[in-house]
Amino acid sequence: MDFNFTSEQQLLQESVERFIQDEYDFDTRRKLAGSDDGFSRDNWAKFAELGWLGVSFSEDDGGFGGGPVDTMIVMEAFGKGLVTEPYLPTVVLAGGLVSRHGSDAQKADIIPRIVEGELMMAFAFAEPHGRFNLADLHTTATADGGGYVISGHKAVVYGAACAGKIIVSARTGGDVRDSDGVSLFIVDGDADGLSRRDYRTVDGLRASEVTLDNVRVGADAVLGPVGGALPLIEEAIDYGTVAVCAEAVGAMKVLHDATHEYLKTRQQFGQPIGKFQVLQHRMVDMFINYEEAKSMALMATLRVDDEPAVRAQAVSAAKVQIGKSGRFVGQESVQLHGGMGMTDELNVGSYFKRLTMIEVLFGNTDYHLNKYAAA
Amino acid sequence: MDLTFTEDEQAFRETVRRFLADELPQDLARKTEGGWHLEKEDVARWNRILHAKGWSAPAWPEEYGGTGWSPVQRYIFNEECADAWAPILSPFGLSMVGPVIYTFGSDEQKAKYLPPILSGETFWCQGYSEPGSGSDLASLKTRAVRDGGDYVVNGHKIWTTQAHWADMMFCLVRTDTEGKPQQGISFLLIDMTSPGIQVKPIITIDGSHSVNEVFFDDVRVPVENLIGQEGMGWTYAKFLLGHERTLIAGVSVSKKRIAQLKRIAGAERQNGASLLEDTSFRNRVAEAEISLQALEMTSLRSLASENAGKGPGPESSILKIRGSELQQTISGLLVEAVGYYAGPYELERFEDGWNEEPIGPDYAQGSMAMHLYGRASTIYGGSNEIQRNVIAKMILGL
Repeated sequence: MDFNFTSEQQLLQESVERFIQDEYDFDTRRKLAGSDDGFSRDNWAKFAELGWLGVSFSEDDGGFGGGPVDTMIVMEAFGKGLVTEPYLPTVVLAGGLVSRHGSDAQKADIIPRIVEGELMMAFAFAEPHGRFNLADLHTTATADGGGYVISGHKAVVYGAACAGKIIVSARTGGDVRDSDGVSLFIVDGDADGLSRRDYRTVDGLRASEVTLDNVRVGADAVLGPVGGALPLIEEAIDYGTVAVCAEAVGAMKVLHDATHEYLKTRQQFGQPIGKFQVLQHRMVDMFINYEEAKSMALMATLRVDDEPAVRAQAVSAAKVQIGKSGRFVGQESVQLHGGMGMTDELNVGSYFKRLTMIEVLFGNTDYHLNKYAAA
Repeated sequence: MDLTFTEDEQAFRETVRRFLADELPQDLARKTEGGWHLEKEDVARWNRILHAKGWSAPAWPEEYGGTGWSPVQRYIFNEECADAWAPILSPFGLSMVGPVIYTFGSDEQKAKYLPPILSGETFWCQGYSEPGSGSDLASLKTRAVRDGGDYVVNGHKIWTTQAHWADMMFCLVRTDTEGKPQQGISFLLIDMTSPGIQVKPIITIDGSHSVNEVFFDDVRVPVENLIGQEGMGWTYAKFLLGHERTLIAGVSVSKKRIAQLKRIAGAERQNGASLLEDTSFRNRVAEAEISLQALEMTSLRSLASENAGKGPGPESSILKIRGSELQQTISGLLVEAVGYYAGPYELERFEDGWNEEPIGPDYAQGSMAMHLYGRASTIYGGSNEIQRNVIAKMILGL
């Protein structure tokens, strides 16, 4: 048992945390979230320069050979800054899928360009009526000549607007919700027949409804086994879930500290409100919730490389804890800040909104509780 | 004991229902249902329609333009209004300062202020909270100093809902700095067009503009705008806070929202079936509905004692606590029901004339807006922490 970071990991943590502290204050983040792209391409270039875009990829593929712990370090710090750059869709979701299951040609084409900051990507896995079931797919891919023709509607695809390539899940066989017959395709963001409706999300990010209308791709666009990609998708979503658990821990830390400070400084009835026992106990519960969330995010991070059954159960357990803790810490931070917590100007509301959406992302608390119980 | 309504009460319900079917503009009902923040003119329009019928202030005494309805009739009226998705009228004139004016005001004040409140011609706002005085309201510092026939007001109010709509503010000001903090407070009516008043918007986490900061810089307020006696403002403020507390529970609106939640969850798919068939989700909807029943019965008991001539007591804090918690539970379930479509959020969606296709189901974004703004309900009107203190002290004697 060892809870220590390696010296490389310590350096990584110092550099990401320093960037958040020095260059990603709340006003900067607000401006970025309101800009056309919703993030900064200069920051993205900086992430590449500092090696953060390649940290999780193997050295053979052009990365720096890190693992889930390195991703956790980056995501936790990004959670503290509410970073809007599309790290999760590009590096964790799409990049992770390609690095684990791409052909040599796909890896050689994609991974170095992600690492260099030249290619952003998105993962279009959800559909309008599928809720959190990854196999509930109406999008179809029909074999045609040497390639495929894809048609369907993918819902709430984060990072699609800036993505040079989008990984799309579609049915090459089987009925809706069958485990078999699911395939993955790497589709160009500007492919003929692909259209997007881009929009802002409540937590300051950008997502799109992506419609595919007879989009033609070659056989080389298939990622992983034809008809057998569901386990790959589940695995990718588990990696994504672990990453957002770490992000949530970072966000909770900021809320915890801000509320703690507010209780010590806000005066009512002639004393700091933190002197009232009822508020002390609420603060204590926020603290406990944060510690539990951190523990569970770490647990899932350390098990996500295990065999699928172990991985899935650990991830669901962590997501349930993060959902509950995030909700408690988010809501109590607003409540304990009183009217100030309701303002758009103070950072508290933005962290609360991100935690609210993280609870939904990759399956909400109910979904993961059921999944854990059924395993 | 009997839970059924009398024949007369049922006939009354029919009358209200027919009126709403005939007179409630459907565009206003759709906005209310969708969880949008209404524009001033939306609220004013509905106020005018109710006023033309004589129903804009059901609780006021008849001599001032009220209806003379019993509390049970008022309850039925509220229930029917909620059921038809009628907009909520601005409470600051009709439910708050109006009763203060007809109870403590002079004849001149009654004649001047009450009729345009009834008609919706003048909008009011409430100048209570200050940056340093939230839960500890009695510590307020906004000063009013007598100078000839005027008070000169200097200070800073915050969280002032609808100040940007308001023609008038009822304001707690400090006229005396000696003695207990509660003793030096007076209740002033301030014309919002007076020189020296500046209203600054506060945007809330849902992206809307409902609340404001209001700054007073040597604002002259005629002495005749003082309600009652100087230094008695705290008494009037407490009277106002205890008024119409049975309505603060929001039972009728929550009942309607639960029906909406069931409709939405019935339409949402999970594994090809309705979300309402999911046991854990359905159980939580059932729990919310049971809390609502407990709240409704508690409000009805409080109503019955009001009917018997007893004024609302500190029990109203129960209604405020549970009512606000329940609203938050319901909006949380509404957001949860829509899954990933809780995310898309474009403020233009709420503007008049927006007619693009909604992203995802049309109810999704309004649910999120309600969920976010609704976090304030456990903070405003005396935070739930303060309400619990009231129960601990006033009811339990702790």
